[in-house]
Amino acid sequence: MSLSGGSMKGSDFIKNLPKIYGMYTGGFIAFILLMAVLEQFGMSADTIGIMFVAFTVVIYAGIGWMSRTMQVDAYYVAGRQVPAVFNGMATAADWMSGASFVAMAGGIYFGGHGYLAFVVGWTGGYVLVASLMAPYLRKFGCYTVPDYIGTRYGGNTARLLAVIVLVVASFTYVTAQINATGTIASRALQIPFEVGVWFGLTGILLCSMLGGMRAVTWTQVAQYIVLIIAYLVPVFWMSNKQGFGLIPQFAAGDAVMRLTELEALHQVGVLKATESFAGLKALTVPHVAAGTGMAAWKFVTLAFCMMAGTASLPHILMRYFTTPSVKAARQSVAWSLLFIFLLYFTAPALATFTKLQVLDPNFATGIIGKAFSDVAALDWIQKWSAVGFLAISDSNGDGILQINEFFMRGDIVVLATPEIAGLPAVISGLVAAGGMAAAMSTADGLLLAIANALSHDLYYKMIDPSADTKKRLIVARVLLLVIGAAAAFVASLQLTSILGAVAWAFDFAASGLFFPLVLGVWWKRANTQGAIAGMALGFLAGTLYLVNIRFLGGDVWLGIDHLRFAIIGMPVSLIAMVVVTLMTPEPDAETQKMVDDMRVPKGDTVLSATH
Amino acid sequence: MSDITPEVREKHWAKTKNLTILTLIIWFIFAFGIHWFADSLNTMTFIGFPLGFYMAAQGSLVVFVIQIFYLAYKQGKIDEEFGVAEDESET
Repeated sequence: MSLSGGSMKGSDFIKNLPKIYGMYTGGFIAFILLMAVLEQFGMSADTIGIMFVAFTVVIYAGIGWMSRTMQVDAYYVAGRQVPAVFNGMATAADWMSGASFVAMAGGIYFGGHGYLAFVVGWTGGYVLVASLMAPYLRKFGCYTVPDYIGTRYGGNTARLLAVIVLVVASFTYVTAQINATGTIASRALQIPFEVGVWFGLTGILLCSMLGGMRAVTWTQVAQYIVLIIAYLVPVFWMSNKQGFGLIPQFAAGDAVMRLTELEALHQVGVLKATESFAGLKALTVPHVAAGTGMAAWKFVTLAFCMMAGTASLPHILMRYFTTPSVKAARQSVAWSLLFIFLLYFTAPALATFTKLQVLDPNFATGIIGKAFSDVAALDWIQKWSAVGFLAISDSNGDGILQINEFFMRGDIVVLATPEIAGLPAVISGLVAAGGMAAAMSTADGLLLAIANALSHDLYYKMIDPSADTKKRLIVARVLLLVIGAAAAFVASLQLTSILGAVAWAFDFAASGLFFPLVLGVWWKRANTQGAIAGMALGFLAGTLYLVNIRFLGGDVWLGIDHLRFAIIGMPVSLIAMVVVTLMTPEPDAETQKMVDDMRVPKGDTVLSATH
Repeated sequence: MSDITPEVREKHWAKTKNLTILTLIIWFIFAFGIHWFADSLNTMTFIGFPLGFYMAAQGSLVVFVIQIFYLAYKQGKIDEEFGVAEDESET
């Protein structure tokens, strides 16, 4: 087995990780400064954007190339040698998608408190990952999530069902990510969207095809560093430049209070839009007001679905299979959430500041309540209206821009903030590189999760168990290519009305996988029949409910809309699993011993190191 | 594996379960409990924020991060107490 790439192997490499990534970070900062200098010398904003995206993508591809491998355990679980902190960074990049990076602040901008259910849900889920899942699955020693389901419950039916749920959930998610890479690449590189999608896919495949999980791990760490710098720098800069305060996350409190006054002044929520523009929204929801009753119910149900989904999404769980020990897996979850937290607690501050700059007449950047013709002449208004991301219209003809006459897409809150706040073009280029890193890293993880489940569980475990290492790894790569191409094809069709929100992936995963995964560890009695019933019926119930309310015009029960359909799927899954398990014999002694072994860190993994 | 007796396993698992239940209770309070009352909490302020908004934007997140670090530390101690932690050579 000497085919593996020399430079990414061995304990020397692991020991030198802080140094390697320290140098990488320094190099990236030097690159930013170089771009800033070149901007002063007259390099155009477009060229800077191209440089940022091209430079970072080439680096990721280089890391992917250096991490190439022909070893099964390196390909599937990065050789189980990723230290807790670095796995935490990789998980954070894996986790934070184009949606988190680009859309979250915009969601808070338009949705106010109600949207924060996503912020709470997408962080609180890690408590479930740490306490119920990750350390135990690490001890199990599986390569994929269906590998665990298939071994714990036995039999190909359970394994196949897990593969199906995984593929549906992850594919829903990955098309959105490839769509995001296409959007960013097309804007930064000035190429058509359809070409941008294939460019994005090429970058993603270069990061994952040759080295599998090992390559994805080391590119994700690099992508985390880029995306977190790209997210934090503009917010800190804006906060200080506009005089909000030194630390934006702490300074946001006063801004929130001021916003509440301005909302009353501008009659936010009172004035409704009288016109409509495709994909654009006017601000009608107050920033802070939480509401009671149904509003509170909607908040907690959404948070719950996102949390259970977090703990069931295979591309996240499989990251914890790569740590050197059970203890490291546990610590790694903590590091993951800390790294995610850095971005997530910044997003509300970013949304608040941007909104305040637009609403506050005391700021030079304020536009609401200003003369319509002045606003229409602003650079950023013209630039973003030209691409259909923004629209203003003097609906009541009074010559003043009211809150219900200003329409925009949520996505541009992050992308346009540097321009709204008057920051240099180098910051816009940095943000584009960050968005690209976020979308690519998540797409990588998702594609690998799908391809690995199909190559390891469907092909090797069910179709051809006698396949040798070389054949298995070739099949894995061919599948990666095929699935990536399929996802890019679907993304290039731009079927946004048919493909759902990112939230669907979480609901699918939670409906089908949450209870079979948890009870596999925590209920020794749980058996094959129960798990099959839990996966099949939970997934089916959730999916049918979604189809009914979304496509067949069925009634929404108790405010459980398409973002929350796991509220239907999960109870069905739990009840089916418990009832069917109790009606059928308990698992054999071997399976029960497997559960015992999973619960203590000491000793060999349940599945052998290479299997 | 034979050096871990069933009694040790049982005691270790009982303590692990207790820690997990405690973790989940705190999680439940900060994931759902306080957000249910966000509207009432907004009448109070914390470092300049309305409290209900603050908890959803930052407060709960901070609690989750601390919780998981504590869980990792505490579970490590429990594993050592019962001699079921991994050998150092393994890590």
